[in-house]
Amino acid sequence: MTKVFGSFVANDHIDLTIEPGEIHALLGENGAGKSTMMNVLYGLYDADGGDILLDDKPVTFAGPGDAVAAGIGMVHQHFMLVPVFTVAESVALGYEPTKSVGLIDLAEARKKVREISSRFNFHLDPDARIEDLPVGAQQRVEIIKALSRDAKILILDEPTAVLTPQETDELISIMRQLKEQGTSIVFITHKLREVRAIADSITVIRRGKIVGEASPESTEAELASQMVGRAVSLTTEKDEADPGDATFQVRGLTVVDKAENVVVDDVSFDVRRGEILAVAGVQGNGQTELAETIIGLTQPRLGSITLDGKNIVGQSVKDRLGSGIGFVPEDRSTDGIIAEFTIRENMILDVYDRPPYAKGLNLKPAVINDEAKKKVEEFDIRLGSVVDPIATLSGGNQQKVVLSRELGRDLRLFIASQPTRGLDVGSIEFVHKRVIAERDAGTPCLIVSTELDEVYGIADRIAVMYSGRIVGVVGADTSREALGLMMAGVPADEALAATAAPDENDAATAAPETNSATTSAEEAK
Amino acid sequence: MTAQNTTAATPAAKTSAQSKALTPIAWKFPITYTILALVSLIFFGLIGRDGETTFRIATSGDLFAIPDVVVSSTVAGLILSLILVVMAATSVYLALKRITLAAWFPMVFGILFVVSFLAWAGGGSGGVIPLTTLLAGALALSVPLIFGAMCGLVGERSGIINIAIEGQLLAGAFLAAVVASVVKNPYAGLLAAPIAGALVAVILTFFAVKYWVNQIIIGVVLNVLVVGVTSFLYSTVLTEDPELWNARQKLPDLPIPLLSDIPILGRVLFDQNILVYIMYVVVIALQIFVFRSKWGLRMRAVGEHPKAADTVGIKVNFTRVRNTLLAGAIAGLGGAFFTVGSGLAFGKEMSAGQGYIALAAMILGKWNPKGALLAALLFGFSKSLGNTLQSIGTPVANELLLMLPYIVTVLAVAGFVGRVRPPASSGVPYVK
Repeated sequence: MTKVFGSFVANDHIDLTIEPGEIHALLGENGAGKSTMMNVLYGLYDADGGDILLDDKPVTFAGPGDAVAAGIGMVHQHFMLVPVFTVAESVALGYEPTKSVGLIDLAEARKKVREISSRFNFHLDPDARIEDLPVGAQQRVEIIKALSRDAKILILDEPTAVLTPQETDELISIMRQLKEQGTSIVFITHKLREVRAIADSITVIRRGKIVGEASPESTEAELASQMVGRAVSLTTEKDEADPGDATFQVRGLTVVDKAENVVVDDVSFDVRRGEILAVAGVQGNGQTELAETIIGLTQPRLGSITLDGKNIVGQSVKDRLGSGIGFVPEDRSTDGIIAEFTIRENMILDVYDRPPYAKGLNLKPAVINDEAKKKVEEFDIRLGSVVDPIATLSGGNQQKVVLSRELGRDLRLFIASQPTRGLDVGSIEFVHKRVIAERDAGTPCLIVSTELDEVYGIADRIAVMYSGRIVGVVGADTSREALGLMMAGVPADEALAATAAPDENDAATAAPETNSATTSAEEAK
Repeated sequence: MTAQNTTAATPAAKTSAQSKALTPIAWKFPITYTILALVSLIFFGLIGRDGETTFRIATSGDLFAIPDVVVSSTVAGLILSLILVVMAATSVYLALKRITLAAWFPMVFGILFVVSFLAWAGGGSGGVIPLTTLLAGALALSVPLIFGAMCGLVGERSGIINIAIEGQLLAGAFLAAVVASVVKNPYAGLLAAPIAGALVAVILTFFAVKYWVNQIIIGVVLNVLVVGVTSFLYSTVLTEDPELWNARQKLPDLPIPLLSDIPILGRVLFDQNILVYIMYVVVIALQIFVFRSKWGLRMRAVGEHPKAADTVGIKVNFTRVRNTLLAGAIAGLGGAFFTVGSGLAFGKEMSAGQGYIALAAMILGKWNPKGALLAALLFGFSKSLGNTLQSIGTPVANELLLMLPYIVTVLAVAGFVGRVRPPASSGVPYVK
C-alpha cells in the first residue's frame, strides 16, 4: 500500500497481514505514517497504490461506510464524537434504529448501549452527554460504536495518549477480552511499555516504510532502536538536583474561565532555584491555564504569583518576560512561532525591541543575523538558511528555535508546556538535555507534561494536577501506580499508602478508575 | 472502593462551592430592570397623563363578549409601576445573593412594562387600544420572520451559515406574486415561492460547499443580487403590464370553526390563511424532527463535527446541500407572505431587512425552533406595537416608534442572549 501527500511519501509500499484474533501492534515514531496507513485502510483517504485483501478477497473502500460494512472499526486518536450528543445518540449515528416517519427509536438505541456496556463492564449511562464524560469513558463509547457494527477488525489509533495509567491498564484488559471473543485488534502506538504488555505481533514502521517485525519479548531498548533506527538511551542522564532558595512561589492561585468554570483551583507551590518541578496530570486538568496564568495570558481571580520576592500578578506579559521568565507554549505551531516569519525573526519574537537587536526604532539586521547563526550552531538546528520561513522546518527543529529564543536570555524562571509533544526521539533527548542544563545553571524550571515517561525523565519533584487542583507534590521516585491514582484525583498520602501495601494493589488499581469515571459523569449531570 | 468514591466526590463539591463565592455579581439585568421600573414610575405614573385608556378586547362574532376595560391612565400607571419597582428590587436582591432569575421573570416584567406604557400612551387622547388588532398584527408581522428563522436554523444546524435569508424571502415574494398573477390563483404562487427560495440556496451551497467561499460573503452578495434581479424585472417587465404580471392575489382566510370564535387568541391564531397554518406545522415538525429523528440527528452531526459524521458513513456535503435547499424552500414560503399572503402586489425590496431580523431571532432562540418562534414573535410584537401607537396617536415621535423593533432586536441580541453555543462547525467548509 502506498500513500503520497504532494511530494511526501507517507506510506511507501507497506505490506501488513493481520491474523484473526490477534493483537497486532504498529510501532513507530510520530510522523512515521502509522495513522495515515490506518486512515487509508478505514477508507478516509484513497490509496495511491496497493490492494487491501479481506479473507483473500480484494476490497475497495469508497468511504468509511464501506469499511464499516466490511467489518472494520476504528477508534481515532481524536475521538469522532459529537460533544453535545448523548451516548445513545453517538452510538446510533449513521445506523439509527427508527420508528415510523424517521423518528429514532431511542429505547432501542439505549438498549444496544446497555447490552454492550454490560458485556464488557463499561459502566456507561446511555443518556450521559459526551462532553460531560471523562476521556476514558469517551473512548469506551468509541469502542461500543465499533462493536455495535459487528467489527471483526478494530483499529485503535494511539488509544492511550489521553489516558491515565490506570485507564490504560483497563483498556488493555478490554483489548484482551475482545481478543478472546475473536476480534482482531490493530494497536497503533509509540509507547514501548504497552506494546510489550499486550501485543501478539509487532510491526515497526519508520519514515513510511516497514523496517521489520519484532517479538513482544524484545526489550524496550531493542524496540526503541528499531523504531528510531539507531541506539537510543531511554533514560535521561542527570545529576542530583542541588536546589537553592524557593524564588518562585504560587499561592492560592485561582483561575476562572469565560464560562465561569474554575479551571485552576486554589493552587499553591514553590519552585526552587536549580530544580525542575514537573506538573503531571491528564490533559485538561488545568495545567494549560496554570502555565498561561503565570506568563500573564490569563488573569487569575485570586491568589499571588511571586518571582524573586515580587508579586507579578497584574503585570503585563512584556513586563514578565522582562523580569526573566522564559515560556515555551503548549501548542508550538499556533502560539510558539509565526509560521510565515523567517527563522531568524522567530528567534527574536520576544526581544526584538531591546539591545542588541534594536536601537531606537530600528532593528539591527546584522546583529540579528549573527545571533541567529550562533544559535543555529548551539542548538543544532537543521535548516537551509536562517531567512527561510520557519514553517519549512520539522517539528523538532521548530521546537529547537523556540527553545533557543526562550533559553537565550538570562532567566529567573523557565516554564515549558509539553516541550516534546510530537517530537522524534532524537529531538526529545536534546530538549531534555537543554532543560537540565538550564536547571544546572540555577534557573527554577516548571515543566508541564502529560507524558509520564518525560516526567520521570527530567523531574526533581512532581506536582500532580487533577480538576484544577494540585493533588500533591511528590518526589521523583514515586511509583507509576501512585502517580496514576493521583492523576485520578486520589490525594497523595492515600495513593502512596494504597500502592505501598501490595495486597490492595490490584483492587486499588482496578476500582478507582471506574468509580471516578462514573462519579464525574454523575456530577456533571 | 467507597473510600475512593468519596475522595473523588468531595473535591468536586468544594470546587462548585468556591466558584459560587467567586462569581462576580451580575449587575446587567438588575440595572436594566431598575431603569425601566423608574422610567415607568416617573413618566407613566407620577407625571402621567390625565384621562382614561380603553383596552378593547372584543370583536364582533366572538363566542362570548368581553366588555372593554377602561382604566384611568395615571392610576394604572402608578399601580403597574409600583409592581415593576418591587420586581426590580427583587432582582437586585437576588443578584446580591447570586441567584439566577427564573425565565418567567423577564417575560412578566416586559408584559407589565408594556401595559403600563400602553395605559400612558392611550391616556389623554382618549385612545382605544385594540388588543386583538395589536396581537393579530404581531402574528402577521412575525410570519416571514418565523419562516426565515426556521430556514436559518436548519442551515446552521447542518453547518451552512445562511445570510441569504433576506434574498430568499424577497425571491419567494417575487415569484409567488408573478406566478399567482399569471395563473390567476394565489395557491399557484404558494407553490412557486419555495422554488424561488431553494434556487437562491442552490447558488449559496454551490459556492459554499463546492468552492469553500466564505459563507457570510456569499450570503451578503446573494442578497444584493436578488434585490438587483427582482428590481430589474420589476421595473422592466412587471410595470409594463401589471394586470398580467403583478396583479394582486390573496390567499383566502380559512377560519377554523369554533376555535376562531374564541375571543382574542382564537381570533388571532385560527382565523388565518393557509400559509399561517403551514407555519404552525413547520415549527412543530422542526421542533420534533431536529431533535428526535434520524434526519435531525444526522443534520446536527454534520453541523457539529462533520468528520465524526463522515467516519460513520454519512455523506457530509450531500447532507448539507440537501438541508440548505430545504431551508431555502422554507424561507421562500415565508416570502410568499409579503405578496399572496397579505394580498399585495410585489414591490421593490419589499422584504425590507426582515431576513436579517430573522437571523437575530434564530440566534436569540439559540438555534431551537421553539426559541426562534418566541424571539420572532417578540420582534413582530414590537413592530405591531409601533404601528398601533402610530394609529392611535401618542406623544412619542413616529420616527422613534418605527425604530422600536430594531431597538428591541439590538437589546435582545446584545444583552439578553447571554451564553449561546452555535453549532460547532457552522460556517466551516468540510474538506477531506
